[in-house]
Amino acid sequence: MAVEQYEKIPSAVVVSEELRRRLHRIWETRPGLFGWIATVDHKTIGIRYIVTAFAFLVAGGIEALIMRIQLAGPEQRLISPEAYNQLFSMHGITMIFLYALPILSGFSNYLFPLLLGTRDMAFPRLNAFSYWVYLASGLFMYASFLIGQAPNDGWFNYAPYSLKPFNPGLNMDFYALGMVFFGISTTVGAANFVVTFLRNRAPGMSINRLPIMVWGTMTISVGILLANPAVSLAFFLLWMDRQFGTHFYDTAGGGKPLLWQHLFWIFAHPWVYIIVLPAMGMVSDALPVFCRRPLVAYTLVILGTITTMVLGFGVWVHHMFATGIPFLATSFFSGASFIITIPSAIAVFAWIATIWTGRVVVTTAFLYFASFIAMFTIGGVSGVMTASVPADLQLHDTYFVVAHIHYVLIGINLFGVLGAVYFWFPKMTGRMLGERLGRWNFWITFFGFNLAFLPMHWTGLLGMPRRIYTYPENVGWTSVNLTTTIGAFILAVGILLLFINVLVSLRRGAVAGPNPWDAPTLEWAVSSPPPPYNFAVIPVVASRHPLWEDRLEEASGRSSIDRGLALDHGKEILATSVIDARPDAVLKMPDDNPWPFVLTLALSVLFTALLLHWWIVAGAGAAACVLAILIWLWPRAELGQKEGAAYE
Amino acid sequence: MSDAAIDRSGTLEVGRLAVGSIGHHAGGWWGMMTLIATEGFLFVYLEFSYYYFASHYGREWLPSELPSFRLSGPGTVILILSSVAAWWGERGGKSGSRLKLLAGLFIALVLGVVFVALQLREWSDKPFTLASHSYASTYFVVTGFHMAHVIAGLLALAVLILWSGLGYFDRARFAPVSIGIVYWHFVDVVWLTVFVAFYVTPYLR
Repeated sequence: MAVEQYEKIPSAVVVSEELRRRLHRIWETRPGLFGWIATVDHKTIGIRYIVTAFAFLVAGGIEALIMRIQLAGPEQRLISPEAYNQLFSMHGITMIFLYALPILSGFSNYLFPLLLGTRDMAFPRLNAFSYWVYLASGLFMYASFLIGQAPNDGWFNYAPYSLKPFNPGLNMDFYALGMVFFGISTTVGAANFVVTFLRNRAPGMSINRLPIMVWGTMTISVGILLANPAVSLAFFLLWMDRQFGTHFYDTAGGGKPLLWQHLFWIFAHPWVYIIVLPAMGMVSDALPVFCRRPLVAYTLVILGTITTMVLGFGVWVHHMFATGIPFLATSFFSGASFIITIPSAIAVFAWIATIWTGRVVVTTAFLYFASFIAMFTIGGVSGVMTASVPADLQLHDTYFVVAHIHYVLIGINLFGVLGAVYFWFPKMTGRMLGERLGRWNFWITFFGFNLAFLPMHWTGLLGMPRRIYTYPENVGWTSVNLTTTIGAFILAVGILLLFINVLVSLRRGAVAGPNPWDAPTLEWAVSSPPPPYNFAVIPVVASRHPLWEDRLEEASGRSSIDRGLALDHGKEILATSVIDARPDAVLKMPDDNPWPFVLTLALSVLFTALLLHWWIVAGAGAAACVLAILIWLWPRAELGQKEGAAYE
Repeated sequence: MSDAAIDRSGTLEVGRLAVGSIGHHAGGWWGMMTLIATEGFLFVYLEFSYYYFASHYGREWLPSELPSFRLSGPGTVILILSSVAAWWGERGGKSGSRLKLLAGLFIALVLGVVFVALQLREWSDKPFTLASHSYASTYFVVTGFHMAHVIAGLLALAVLILWSGLGYFDRARFAPVSIGIVYWHFVDVVWLTVFVAFYVTPYLR
């Protein structure tokens, strides 16, 4: 058949109740177990990501609290050294991998299509798959606790201690295979964000009209695609060394322990930016709403975001200053680490200028965003200190570095996320989070966090090394450690208040309405929570702030929310051109589908069998994976993949 | 194809738009580009490991008998020819000839299988094993990763032959074929970098 038969002129209409009913029937997920397993709705998947990530945050938090009880005083014997090793390793793994990125993926998953004015992600089934694999790989790594053999070499897991002769249990195998498994989720999720960003925006939403959060997620998704193979490979080679006697990391057979550090940090330093840039994007979008003005220096903030990610690939050796690598290398990477402060500081100045020149409305969300800026500055400055080689040699492996990473990860990830919860909870649930409880939640969290981690810089300067399970009485570390423990528990109470607030507000919170904050972007143009199809007609976007056009006068025309393409012949979304977002094609979207779930089960069987050396089961699992992928990809006429029906 | 435009007043004019998967409009094509990007970087890191060892240890790290072109040379040519065959078949398919499409895919598949056979022969000829020393480990793991990609590509070619044989595609509804074949080209290009690393650079000193 000729190409023309597969073309049509989509009709533009004004939103009507009849159209809404029809779209609802097309897009809704059927209730029941099948719908629960098979749903591909990005909003459901996004909320699942957020809830699961918070569950892992609680697990990692409990691990931290046990360690803090152990460290509250000298010479404590609450837990054994081995148990302590497992706790700090799983705490790091949980927070960095199972909480910090997935929570951002959750917000991005929920918000991407709404911010972009479309109806779903580019690959809805892949989206469901990335969530299921995230859950399965997280449970896989946590299953190690059940047999008392959790990873015990710290989250960066240096060779040779992670090799078989020194670590014969299953501990490292859980971590190695678990990270390869988890990497699948991260990679397909990133691919989905990239293609959605490039191809599925509302007409008129050119790249200079995108919310910063979208830019942040796009930037880190490219970063993930390029960086993640390094860590998957590093862990795969570790597993090979442990199971098949290869010699990548052991010196006896001509391997090099430092190869591990290179491969790991080539990934893990970009990862630090990967888990903060979308949070910075959320602050860049939400903070201005409470300042009642657009963000200052939109373009510079985006360029700063991208430059930070690019430079983030060139600083990995600053984690290795103490390994005896050549002076020239340390100098180069030290210089690169100083330079990266410039693009990352742009956003800070932009936020301060936005607050300075705006009319601030103080809400709990605003408090979180404002404190985010302060935490970012503290974490950034302690980072610059360790970028200097002589200072780093002094601070290396002390609690100073622990304080730094917590200011970065709690300050720039968690505080942004908590603000984002207050900001977008009304959109996701239709109800406002309580402000009174919110203030208690904020101040207790803020106070507890700083009480725990500000003195920790001092603990490190006093020389206390990381990862020791106890310390003697006469070295002067007792009072700072007790202070940190008290702060950690206050922080935990603060987080608990958030959960209470969520549970109370779900039932009794004030009804939000579509746009409770009077915010400018497209997600606030639809009801709260949004209907399954998001937008009854595909909006046409004429400016960066579609809902503020009547007061900003920045648009050359007006965005159109109520009139646009209907795309109601089955599940359809619009594909648009990369730069200008001109209409390019009508894409047929898949229905709810069980194969992502089935493929995840098959992968779980495969990885469990590899862990336990059940090679035949592993072969069967791999075959099941191939089969599931084949069925998933089988061309279907209703998706417009196969020769067949012409379109009107 | 579409002459859509957004005028200054923000209203939308839309011409005829392709519906469903058509060529580079298809989501799957873009998805494949992201897969190729991330897999390409996987090989960057694999070869980084090789060059890391090679630059640290120098000549004595390489086996006394340097890798030979006897099998790898013909293998490389065969893989390139396989890519050409796939390209020729794709071109035939786009012009509406299912016969050319099937022939091209089939020749590509057969040449790919020959490459696998040569490679297996080469592996079994090696005097060392995976666990002998770090050069051997690197050699087998890097070429093994490539072999795994070849096998994935061959599976894709086989499935495309099946789907084409079942008459699923016509001149316009053709995206799965293009997507599968571009992956095959990627597997072949990656081989060239593996080939240069293991078979050519040892002689450049």
